[in-house]
Order: sequence, then structure tokens, then C-alpha cells
Amino acid sequence: MERIPIIRMSKFLLVSIQVDMHDRLALALQEDLTAKINETNARGVLIDISSLELVDSFIGRIIGTIASMARVLDAETVVVGMQPAVAITLVELGMSLPGVRTALTVERGMQILERAIGPTVTEGTDAGPEE
Amino acid sequence: MPVLKSDTVPIRSDADVVAVRQIVRVWSIEAKFGLVDQTKIITAASELARNTLEYGGGGHMFIELVEEGVRKGVRLTFEDQGPGIADVEQALRDGYTSGKGMGLGLGGSKRLTNEFAIHSVVGVGTRVTVTKWK
Repeated sequence: MERIPIIRMSKFLLVSIQVDMHDRLALALQEDLTAKINETNARGVLIDISSLELVDSFIGRIIGTIASMARVLDAETVVVGMQPAVAITLVELGMSLPGVRTALTVERGMQILERAIGPTVTEGTDAGPEE
Repeated sequence: MPVLKSDTVPIRSDADVVAVRQIVRVWSIEAKFGLVDQTKIITAASELARNTLEYGGGGHMFIELVEEGVRKGVRLTFEDQGPGIADVEQALRDGYTSGKGMGLGLGGSKRLTNEFAIHSVVGVGTRVTVTKWK
């Protein structure tokens, strides 16, 4: 079965969804990402959806689940590049992606991730991560 | 209401749901929909096609390019021979789900289109018709 590639970049995982995802492909991405976070100790996940022409309730739910699972595994998730028409439709559909951080561009998304994990990296002590 | 053309798309698998989205995109472009309206009808079609597959056990979508006076529209009819919906009012409410979704499919599709009709008979099947006008 086809898979959406996950790229590792230092402590982050990057995913760019370039295809019209059928449901099983979206579920496979959810599984692959959580496995990869565990395997690589990634601290952040950036999902680029700028090529997605649609986010329906199923894909929206998958994005929300990925963010929740990542959080449990101590990784932040940021979704970047949502097209305005997709955002309008998603809200009208009744989904507002609660608990999912978003940014307009990859650069902004990376800044959010860097900032989110910043303190724990610079301290390097046994102090707990700051929120 | 004059029908300019029509077609039928089977809904038997995940891949068919994607095929539904693609044909609805092409036809809504043909009806000269703007990007937001295209996205809305495609999203509604995706929700309804998934319902047909998940709850109806598969079925088909009948798509029509329709015209009323000067305006063009896309009308979609989803039909299945599944178990039917006992309480349509409840099924239309946001958050109600009997499956893996968010329970936004029917209510959401209604909000995303201009006309919405549902006819369901327990033990016989469900037919949902939506129309989006330019």
C-alpha cells in the first residue's frame, strides 16, 4: 500500500501531504507517525497540508488524533499551510481542530516548534519540562 | 429544472470516495463555482460518500449538472440499500454518530450546501440529495 513519507530533521518529523488521501492512507499516516515519534524521540511534528484541497471530518479527526497522540509521547504538532477555502469549509462543517496548533507557513510552524521545545533543550538538567 | 448532464459513480471502497471527490470537483468547476463553493460541495460529497460506504454498506452517487434560469448548480444524490436511519432528526444533530466518524457528516453536509433532502426507510435504505448553486 502507498504511504505518505515522513522526513526526519534533527528533533523534528516533517510530513507533507501531497495526495488526495483516502481513509486508509490517513489511518496509516497516523500509525506511522506515532511509531516514528517513538523510534526517533522526535520532539515535534510538522504537517504541511498546503497541497490539500479538502479536509473533511475524517481527515480532521485524524489530524486531531495525531496531535493528541504526539502530545502523550511528548512531541508538539503543528499543522501548516491550510488553504483559506479549506479553513472556511472546515469551520462551517463544524470542526475547529481543537488542540491542534496551526501556522500559515512552514517557517512559522518551525518557529512554533522550536519555541515549544526550547526550554527543555537548553536546560539539560533533571528539571521537568516547562509548559 | 433542466438537467444538462448526469452520471453515476459507484461507492464500494475508500478509493471510490476519492473518485467521488474528483468528479464533483470537475463538475463544480464546469458550473463555474468559485474555490470556496467548490471546496464546500466536495467536502459535503466526501462526508456523504463515506456515510454511504460506512453505514449504508456501499451504494452509488448520482451526479447532475442542473440549470435554473441563469444559474447553474450541481446536484448529488447518494443512495444505499443499507439498514436505513430510524431517527433522521437525531442523525442530523452534530455529534451523533454510530460509527467511526465525528457525527458531523449529515448536519455538516446540510450546512455546506443550499438544498438538502433525506429519505430513509429502516431495512430498505437511505437517499440523500444535496444541491449547491453558483
